[in-house]
Amino acid sequence: MKKRVKIEDISRRSSQLSTLAKEDFKPLPPPFDKPEATPDFAPLSPAAREKYEGSLDDTIAVSIPKPKSKEEEERLVAGFLSGLEKLFTKENNWTFLQPLLLSMEHCATCHTCSEACHIYEASGHNPIYRPAYRSEVFRRLYKKYVKSKGKLLQAWRDGEIELNWTTVARLAELAYRCNLCRRCAQTCPIGVDNGLIAHEIRKLFSQELGIAARELHDNGSVLQLKVGSSTGMNSLVVKDNIQFIDEEVSEKTGLSIQTPWDKAGADILLIHNAGEIMAWPMNPGAFAVIFEVAGLSWTMSSEIAGYDSINYGLWYDDAQFARVALKHAQAAKKLGVKKIVLGECGHAHKALTVIADRVLTGDLNIPRESSMVLLESLIASGRIKVDPSRNDFPVTLHDPCNLVRLMGVVEPQRRVLRRIAPRFREMEPHGVHNYCCGGGSGFAIMSGHNFADWRCQIAGRKKVEQILNAFKDELDPSIQKYVCAPCSNCKGQLRDLIAYYDLWEKHSIMYDGLVELIVNCMTDVKPGFIEWEQH
Amino acid sequence: MLDSTLLGLTYVSAGIFVAAVAARAVKIARLPVHLRWELYPVAHEKGRASYGGSYLEEVDWWTKPRHASLIGELKVMIPEILLLAGVWEHNRKHWLRSFPFHFGLYLLAGLVGLLLVGGLFTLAGLRISAEGGLLGAAVYHLTYLVGYAGLGLGLLGAAALLATRTFDPNYREYTKKGDYFNLAFFVATLVVALVAQALADPHFAVARAYFARLLTFNSSPADVRLASPGLLSGLEIAMASLLVAYIPLTHMSHFFTKWFMYHDIRWNDEPNLVGGKIEQEVAQALHYPVSWSAPHIRGDGTKTWVDVATADVNREEGK
Repeated sequence: MKKRVKIEDISRRSSQLSTLAKEDFKPLPPPFDKPEATPDFAPLSPAAREKYEGSLDDTIAVSIPKPKSKEEEERLVAGFLSGLEKLFTKENNWTFLQPLLLSMEHCATCHTCSEACHIYEASGHNPIYRPAYRSEVFRRLYKKYVKSKGKLLQAWRDGEIELNWTTVARLAELAYRCNLCRRCAQTCPIGVDNGLIAHEIRKLFSQELGIAARELHDNGSVLQLKVGSSTGMNSLVVKDNIQFIDEEVSEKTGLSIQTPWDKAGADILLIHNAGEIMAWPMNPGAFAVIFEVAGLSWTMSSEIAGYDSINYGLWYDDAQFARVALKHAQAAKKLGVKKIVLGECGHAHKALTVIADRVLTGDLNIPRESSMVLLESLIASGRIKVDPSRNDFPVTLHDPCNLVRLMGVVEPQRRVLRRIAPRFREMEPHGVHNYCCGGGSGFAIMSGHNFADWRCQIAGRKKVEQILNAFKDELDPSIQKYVCAPCSNCKGQLRDLIAYYDLWEKHSIMYDGLVELIVNCMTDVKPGFIEWEQH
Repeated sequence: MLDSTLLGLTYVSAGIFVAAVAARAVKIARLPVHLRWELYPVAHEKGRASYGGSYLEEVDWWTKPRHASLIGELKVMIPEILLLAGVWEHNRKHWLRSFPFHFGLYLLAGLVGLLLVGGLFTLAGLRISAEGGLLGAAVYHLTYLVGYAGLGLGLLGAAALLATRTFDPNYREYTKKGDYFNLAFFVATLVVALVAQALADPHFAVARAYFARLLTFNSSPADVRLASPGLLSGLEIAMASLLVAYIPLTHMSHFFTKWFMYHDIRWNDEPNLVGGKIEQEVAQALHYPVSWSAPHIRGDGTKTWVDVATADVNREEGK
């Protein structure tokens, strides 16, 4: 049962600030409309509770070790304060200072943003998941310790907050209960951005204290910069895997496909999220088929990070972000390509096209383009010939937030689907008003402790509702249905959601990307590219 | 003496208002360039704003002209500012309280304009009354209408907001003592103003005369048309002056910072072109010193962002 939680409560030591019970969660459409029809929320293990900070809710994302001494407690608080100061200096945070300051100063706490948040709604309006809760805690800390240090009437004007180890540790966790989808920011009448504030809190912890989700930092950006990809694949392994994929798609399509590597002077450098190569190999395979049939001049790069478009720094660390973006640009520069085309990965799209736009200067500022746009032009121009009757099954489209709401690439993929999928229907809402899949901001790859349960039960709940509603008249398992998700992270989350709610077995709902659908109906290839199976 | 004190207070308040708005605007405008953080729909995207599309939807977008639409921005900004369209769409219950408050304040800003015009006309010898000719009658009736509507709506909205923040726990938990003071300040000022107008100056003649004296720095009028305000009207003017000075010193300055939040952030989709102004600003920012302490950065205050971005992360972490 939910209880009321005040802003100041975050600092009060208690076994748990908030508890989660699936009876409180927003009911899903039938047949999942009763709590007992959904899986049980796995509890945190006693060992995890013993070892890590787990007093925020019923899960752990960051795994901050509990302090062993008073000195350790004080060290964390002092580090936090130091980072807080730095976050509001132009030298250390020119990247986001203006947006951050404006969001810090002008929230009217009108709660207009609350209902826009899929996490707050799905949790059954748990007060700690209200978009403004985390922001208000952080705002009070900023005003008390940075802006108005010791000034008369400060608490009267800005509200009470106490800073201690509990506040800091819970705030670190709370920064990872937001998908950074910024749907809340769309609704703010003033322009306050709670997603940005969560992003900046994550940065403070990472850049000052070295605290971040392990999947994003150690196993993410650090590994990518070390070996070339967060998957752990070095250039030899990735080439091997792509060769295998080429052979497989050649056999499936009846064409002879060979992915070009390190071709200097090619027009296009294609960069995939390397997770595709490992988890959904038919996606890069389909790209290769389309590009080869269209006769494009293209290549992949075997440089460090040149074959993996992910940039997890986008979600938690500006330094890591800049390092990876530079590697991508350097790979393109070395090959002398005319443009970089990003495969089906939403955050990679936004990272390299929009955010890195003000990091890359001079000859590193190589044009970047969405594959959605290029694919549409190939089909519209007739360079790729399609037979839509091969895709005669229900299809809906999931809009990756980074690609759509945060980048404005909305229609190209829809124009393709209207052309190739006769039974395409939209989710509601869709386009720039879509809901996050629940895997955004790195959650799709985070499954430590019972975080995957939280991600599927709460963060992804709204997406499950949307998918069930999109197919509500055709839920019969004899009808195979396709959720088109042109984004690797979204696909990772959809894979988990479909497995968690058993949507393939019960309703024959499958997911995959856009290129697979295109190749499935290309007249130049053998029919049956899509394999209907749980994967 | 009382007259000159009152006039002085109004001048000082207006001065504080202008200075505070200007200082804050300059401070915001002088912050360094930031990374792009736009949010779609971007209202000036010609032909695409209706569904939230961007110029990035075009093949080789960097080779094509970009079309920004001022009309597109106005189509969003005008209903957003005047009618609080976003709150109407996303928080209807709150709109019922917030809209009368804000629209009331817009009307009161309009009232100030009408009183200034009325004051000028009075000084020019024009009669402002129901029988004062076309122009005089128009200003008279408009002032009457706008004045009472503004005071009434503003008071209704402020009282409703104060009640919500007091009794609704969802709002109460986020409301600081200063917020209660702000709303109470509005309620008190608007109550005094409404009572003063209704009892002491029902046709805004005293208020108009006061604005005429403000315009002429006239603290001791010989002209009977510019009679001094009485005690009640004097209290109204004093409270309103203080409120005007106070607003831009608080988070209520969002009435103008919203412009930055929309134009500098939410709708700022300006690409960084080689050799352009943004590139110069970015190049400068990349040379700011970094002092972040985490092991993968080890900023010592001398390293720049360029040094950090080009550093070997594995060596930084000591691995």
